[in-house]
Amino acid sequence: MNRLVLNKIILILSTLSAVIGISFLFWILATLSYKGITSIQWSTFTNDLVNGGIRNLLVGQFTMAILASMVAVPIGMMAGIYLREYGHGSKLASVIRNLSDVMMSAPSIVIGVFVYAILVDPFGSYNGYAGIVALAIMMIPIIISTTDNMLALVPTELREAGMALGGSKHKIILQIVVKAAKVGILTGVLLSFARIIGETAPLLFTSANNQFFTMDLSGQFPSLTVSIYNLATYPDEASRELAWAAAFVLTMIVLCINLMGRFLIRNKK
Amino acid sequence: MTFKTLLTTAVLASASLTAIHADELKGRGASFPGPLYKAWTSEYYAATGKKINYTPTGSGDGVKSIKKRMVDFAGSDKPLKAKKLKKAKLYMFPSVVGSIVLSYNIDGVKDGELKLSRAAIDAIFSGKATHWDDAIITKENAGLNLPHEPITTCVRADKSGTTFNFTYFLNKINPDVKISKKPTWKAAKVVAGKSNSGVSANIQQIKNSIGYIEYSFKIKLGLPAAQIENKEGKFINPTVQSFQDGAKYATWTADNDFYAVIGDPEGATSYPIVAATFILLPTEKTEKNKEVTAFIEWAFTKGDKAASELGYVPLPTSTKDEIRKYWETKKIK
Amino acid sequence: MGGKLFRNFSFFSATLSFFLLVGIFAILFTYAQEALAEFGFDFLLSETWEADEDDEGGIFGGYIPIIGTLLSTLIAMTIAVPLAMGIAIFLTEVASENIAKPVSIAIELLAAIPSIIYGMWGLFYFAPIVQSTVGGNGVGLLTAGIVLAIMIIPFMAAITRDAMNTTPHVLKESAYAMGATKFEVIKDVIMPYSKGGIIGSIILALGRALGETMAVAFLIGSVMSTVKNVTDPTTSIPVLLANNFAEAQDLEMSSMYYLALILFVVSFAIISTAKFYFLGRKPK
Repeated sequence: MNRLVLNKIILILSTLSAVIGISFLFWILATLSYKGITSIQWSTFTNDLVNGGIRNLLVGQFTMAILASMVAVPIGMMAGIYLREYGHGSKLASVIRNLSDVMMSAPSIVIGVFVYAILVDPFGSYNGYAGIVALAIMMIPIIISTTDNMLALVPTELREAGMALGGSKHKIILQIVVKAAKVGILTGVLLSFARIIGETAPLLFTSANNQFFTMDLSGQFPSLTVSIYNLATYPDEASRELAWAAAFVLTMIVLCINLMGRFLIRNKK
Repeated sequence: MTFKTLLTTAVLASASLTAIHADELKGRGASFPGPLYKAWTSEYYAATGKKINYTPTGSGDGVKSIKKRMVDFAGSDKPLKAKKLKKAKLYMFPSVVGSIVLSYNIDGVKDGELKLSRAAIDAIFSGKATHWDDAIITKENAGLNLPHEPITTCVRADKSGTTFNFTYFLNKINPDVKISKKPTWKAAKVVAGKSNSGVSANIQQIKNSIGYIEYSFKIKLGLPAAQIENKEGKFINPTVQSFQDGAKYATWTADNDFYAVIGDPEGATSYPIVAATFILLPTEKTEKNKEVTAFIEWAFTKGDKAASELGYVPLPTSTKDEIRKYWETKKIK
Repeated sequence: MGGKLFRNFSFFSATLSFFLLVGIFAILFTYAQEALAEFGFDFLLSETWEADEDDEGGIFGGYIPIIGTLLSTLIAMTIAVPLAMGIAIFLTEVASENIAKPVSIAIELLAAIPSIIYGMWGLFYFAPIVQSTVGGNGVGLLTAGIVLAIMIIPFMAAITRDAMNTTPHVLKESAYAMGATKFEVIKDVIMPYSKGGIIGSIILALGRALGETMAVAFLIGSVMSTVKNVTDPTTSIPVLLANNFAEAQDLEMSSMYYLALILFVVSFAIISTAKFYFLGRKPK
């Protein structure tokens, strides 16, 4: 009797935990959507921050995220390829693999402070390049991890078939293995992109923010996340509304990219 | 395949990026004149097409940024002494005068109803008074129903010229108070906010709180503010007239780069916590400095209206002329 | 020839993480020198943080932000661990496939929401609730701890779920066959088997929570003062950096690097422990 009661209690508690978790998700999304949608106007997307809109912020945030990806994806993929294809089984690869995972969870503000020291302080101005580097540093470990994992899923038979056909190792990797893991790797890229586009701390003292529309990476660069951080604490209605609008748009973008990634993986399986 | 097109687009985009250069003046610093600078830069942009990007991050950040030449000009409500200016190679001149009000959030107490004596203000911010119904506060407020609730003081989390000017005033009441951009507050319950906006937001949201903010923030947000006892024992409501009365005692001279802390002036009608805010320029950047002075010149001739509307006090014409002469001697006009 | 270049480039990319780690440590350590020399280990116990008026010197001590970081994380873990375990149990053993799948996705979406959103939502919707139920000002250690918990729960739940799923079916089946209840299977079969992964997920989440900035920055109060009451405002290392790094000069900035160094080393140690001892991925 006791055992069954205990069992029931645990089952109820665990269900309750899940309910609590889900409720928070809905609570956050509901309030965000309500505040966000009511704050969005046409001008939110056509104006820059200086005129009460988020146009330059969206462009700025995407620009930095895309450029960061262009740095992080090749490096991350190559590293993942090394770990799985060349260094397979070696102690070194194992250490690097775990080290990279550690970097994945490193505090983002420390990364921001680090990039400030190497790319802002010596040059005497906040700049977009520093922001891009900070984002790339955060993105690389994630790409390494997903590439590594996705390549591991490719059956050895494919590699053996390539070798049997007389292909050189790097050709086999590129044209057979990576191709086979293409979808998984792309998903990894998408998910890490979604992660870094929502980051604030690495940008605070690297690219800072800019209220005007600009594509000049050598100066302060517009950022959606840093703007939300500033606007949210302003006491006037207009700024608060803009902050909610920006927060809503950011969350929708992040969730959409996330769902897109999952959809890709689902189709593959 | 889509990856390839993505890559090519990105490469083309980044190539075009490097070609575009934004020519804008960058400024950082005091949030005290923040709303005014926002109005001025906006109107200046509309009138001349020239972009000025001023980020109100606090006087401390402004001074640091200009010392490191990370910006073209800085705003600071705390003026720098001649020795410091020389060491950091900076020019300095005031742009406008503003005032600091004590805003509060107490149920049932409306704007201008709370009367705070000098002793009460000191007591609140040094922790001697802990509840709204403490004797030292109720003494001047017999007609009000002040609650038996703990006082929350809203202060700045960053290095603030506003704080500097406020502690200057506190120091005049109680010499033990350290004049500082970021003192260690001894009040019982302290909540900090970033820049004037953050403090204003805290006052808005936290019941039974009181904080020091620039007047334009009080007006914009409709926050109530207290009458404050001035040097001559009179209780003054924060109005533009009372600021003007207080500001007229300020003396400016180009000899010390206009160094002046104008708080706690004489005058029966003077509002006690008035303060000037300053612009700092690097001495070696002559061409950029000319652009900044061109902006300030525009503000001096065309910006008085915006200043008055927001509750700031424009500098007297004589001072503006002195500043113009200063620019000429420094060759940055 | 292309093959050799390819291989070398891939090797170099792989070692980048290592060099980055070393580089970050080196830079932090170098910039912290001034503060290290000036304060030494007393920095860890000193509660004063005051810059001189000329901003060149001052007395700085890291006790308050260090304690704030530890306490907010402790509160977060106390709340998050049971809830995350509960969710993991729900997903692996309680829910049917049809329910587990969407709930799993929902939990992962919760993890994807940017931390600044948690901060903003927490400030306007959660802080007032804490204020009306427990008192205080809404912003303070407790609110920051609770929202931090909400942030790390999905992460911990996902890793725990994965760890629990590695339990071989045959072990579970045998236990059920002997008449064990679900709870007993969880307690006596799954938990012991996935103990390593579960502990690892907890430690990993701890490491993450230590470095969390944006959510905590909105909610902890940002005041350099000690905590007497759990609802009191205070500060943490990431929050102090976020708020005051930009305006710091000379010795104060060096002190900030000192704090960043402490945070980095401690998080690294904790996360490494999780990774290398509990969650290390063995090459297949």
